[in-house]
Amino acid sequence: MQDIINQLLGLLPFEFLNYTFMKNALLAILLATPIFALLGTMIVNNKMAFFSDSLGHSAICGIAIGMLFGITNTNISMVLFATIFAILLNMVKYKVNYGADTIISVFSSIAIAAGLAILTSTGSFNQYSNILVGDILSINWNEIVYLFLTFILIFFIWYNLFNKLHAISINTSLAKSKRINVMLIDNIFVILIAIVVMISIRWIGILLINSLLILPAASSRNIAKNMRQYHLFAIIISLFSGLTGLVVSYYQNIPTGPMIVIIAGIIYFITLLYNKVRLQ
Amino acid sequence: MEKEIACGFHCIKANHIGVKFGNDEILKDINLHIHCKELTVIIGRNGAGKSTLLRALLGEIKHTGNIEFMDTKENVSRHLRMGYVPQSINIEKHMPTTVYDLFASFISKVPVWLKVDKRAERKIKESLAKFEAEALIHKSIGDLSGGELQRVLLAISIFNEPNLLILDEPISGIDNNGIQIFFEYINKLKKEHDMSIILVSHDFDLVKKYADRVILIDKTILKEGTPEEVFASKEYKEIFAKNI
Repeated sequence: MQDIINQLLGLLPFEFLNYTFMKNALLAILLATPIFALLGTMIVNNKMAFFSDSLGHSAICGIAIGMLFGITNTNISMVLFATIFAILLNMVKYKVNYGADTIISVFSSIAIAAGLAILTSTGSFNQYSNILVGDILSINWNEIVYLFLTFILIFFIWYNLFNKLHAISINTSLAKSKRINVMLIDNIFVILIAIVVMISIRWIGILLINSLLILPAASSRNIAKNMRQYHLFAIIISLFSGLTGLVVSYYQNIPTGPMIVIIAGIIYFITLLYNKVRLQ
Repeated sequence: MEKEIACGFHCIKANHIGVKFGNDEILKDINLHIHCKELTVIIGRNGAGKSTLLRALLGEIKHTGNIEFMDTKENVSRHLRMGYVPQSINIEKHMPTTVYDLFASFISKVPVWLKVDKRAERKIKESLAKFEAEALIHKSIGDLSGGELQRVLLAISIFNEPNLLILDEPISGIDNNGIQIFFEYINKLKKEHDMSIILVSHDFDLVKKYADRVILIDKTILKEGTPEEVFASKEYKEIFAKNI
C-alpha cells in the first residue's frame, strides 16, 4: 500500500515529492487538515479554544506518565492520558457554573508541571523536547496509518452525531428536552479532540496545535452564511494553509508547522477584513 | 370566567418537589396539579427559584419528589413528552447558523453541515408557518429580532407535540408588542393542542389577561389560584409591595 501511494505521488510533477519524507508530510497534511477544520467549527462555536489549548499542553504529561509505565509508543500514552484528561475537564465544566476556565487552567498547569518534572528528572527531556515545536518531516508511515484511521473515525462521527452536538451547543436544556444524551455526546466530542490533537502533536508541536484547530474555523465563520458553508470554507482554508505551508517551508527552509500557522493567520485577517467591508 | 374547557382526562401532577444545592434549600415541597389546556404562570421575585423549578420539572437537576402524568379516563400513568423554550441560546450575531440549521439539528438525522434535508425542510416550513415565521427559514439567527427568535423556538419546542410545554421567561430584546404577540401565540397553542403550558413571566398585565392559573413562589408555593385571586392576595402584595 505504502509503495503504491508513494509511486502515485511520485508521478506528480513536483520536485519536492522526490523525497519520501515530503511524500509522507503531504499525506499527513491531506488527512489532518480537514479533520482539524471539522472539529474546529464546533470548538469555535462552543468557545472551547482554551479547553483545546489546555488539552494540547497536557501531551507532555501523557508522554512522561507513559514513560514511567514503560510505554515506548508515545502515541498510545498521549492518547490515553489526553482522553482521561479531556473527560476530567469536561466534568469540571458541568460541575462548576462559574470560572470553568480558571479550573481548566489549574488542571493544565499541573499537568505541564508534572510532565516537565518527570521528564527532566529522568533525564529524558531532551529526547522529547522536539514535541514543543514538532517536526512534520519526521512523520513515518505508521503515523500516517493512525491519521488515516482517525480521519475515517472523525468523518463517521461527524456524519452521525453532528446534529446532536450542534443541538447541545445551542442550549443543553433544549437538547435534553429533545431526549439527547448530552453528557455522552459531549464526552465523545472531547475525546475526539483529544485523539486528533495527540495524533497530530508530534509534527505540529504543542505550541501550535491549537492554532490549526481554531484558525480555519474562525476564518470561515467570518465569511460563511450557513453551516454548510461554515464547514466547507473551513476545510478549504485548512487544506490550503497546510499545502502552501508545506511547499513554502520546503523552498524557504522555514519549519513547516509555523509556516502553516502563519498562512492560516493571514487568511484569518483577510476574512476579517472582508467581513468588515461586507457589513458596511 | 368561562374559559376554554379542559379535556379533563389528562393531568400532570408534581408532588413534593424539593431542590437543594449543597446546604442551600432552593425549593421546598412544591405541589403542582396541572390540567391540559391550561396556562399556568409562575411568578415570584428574582431568585425565588422559578427557573430552578422549571429545570427540576424538565428533569435536568436533582430533586426530591416526583412528577406524574395521568390519563384519568383510563386511569393509567403515561410517559410525559415535554417541550421547552429556553431563555436564551448560544448563538451570537454573525454566527453562520440559519433557522434551518438550528431547527434541523433538533429534528433531522441528515447532518446540517453536509446538506439540506429536503423532507425536514418541508416539515420545518410547515411548523414555522404556524407562527407566521416560514419566511425566516434560511435567515441567519443573528439577524432575527427577539420576537422572531422566540417564535422559532416555540415552533421547535412543540414539534413533537408535547403534553407539557415549559417556557422560561422570554429573552430580553423583545419589545412590548413582541411579548403581546408571544402571549397570543401561547393562547392559541393552548386552544388548538392538547397540552398544558407552564410559563415563567414578569409581565403581570399580560399574565392577568391570559393565565388560567397563577402560582406565586418563593422557595415554596406562597399562593396559587386564578390571576384575580393571586394578584389580590396579601402574599402577592408583600412580595411585590415596592412595585405597586
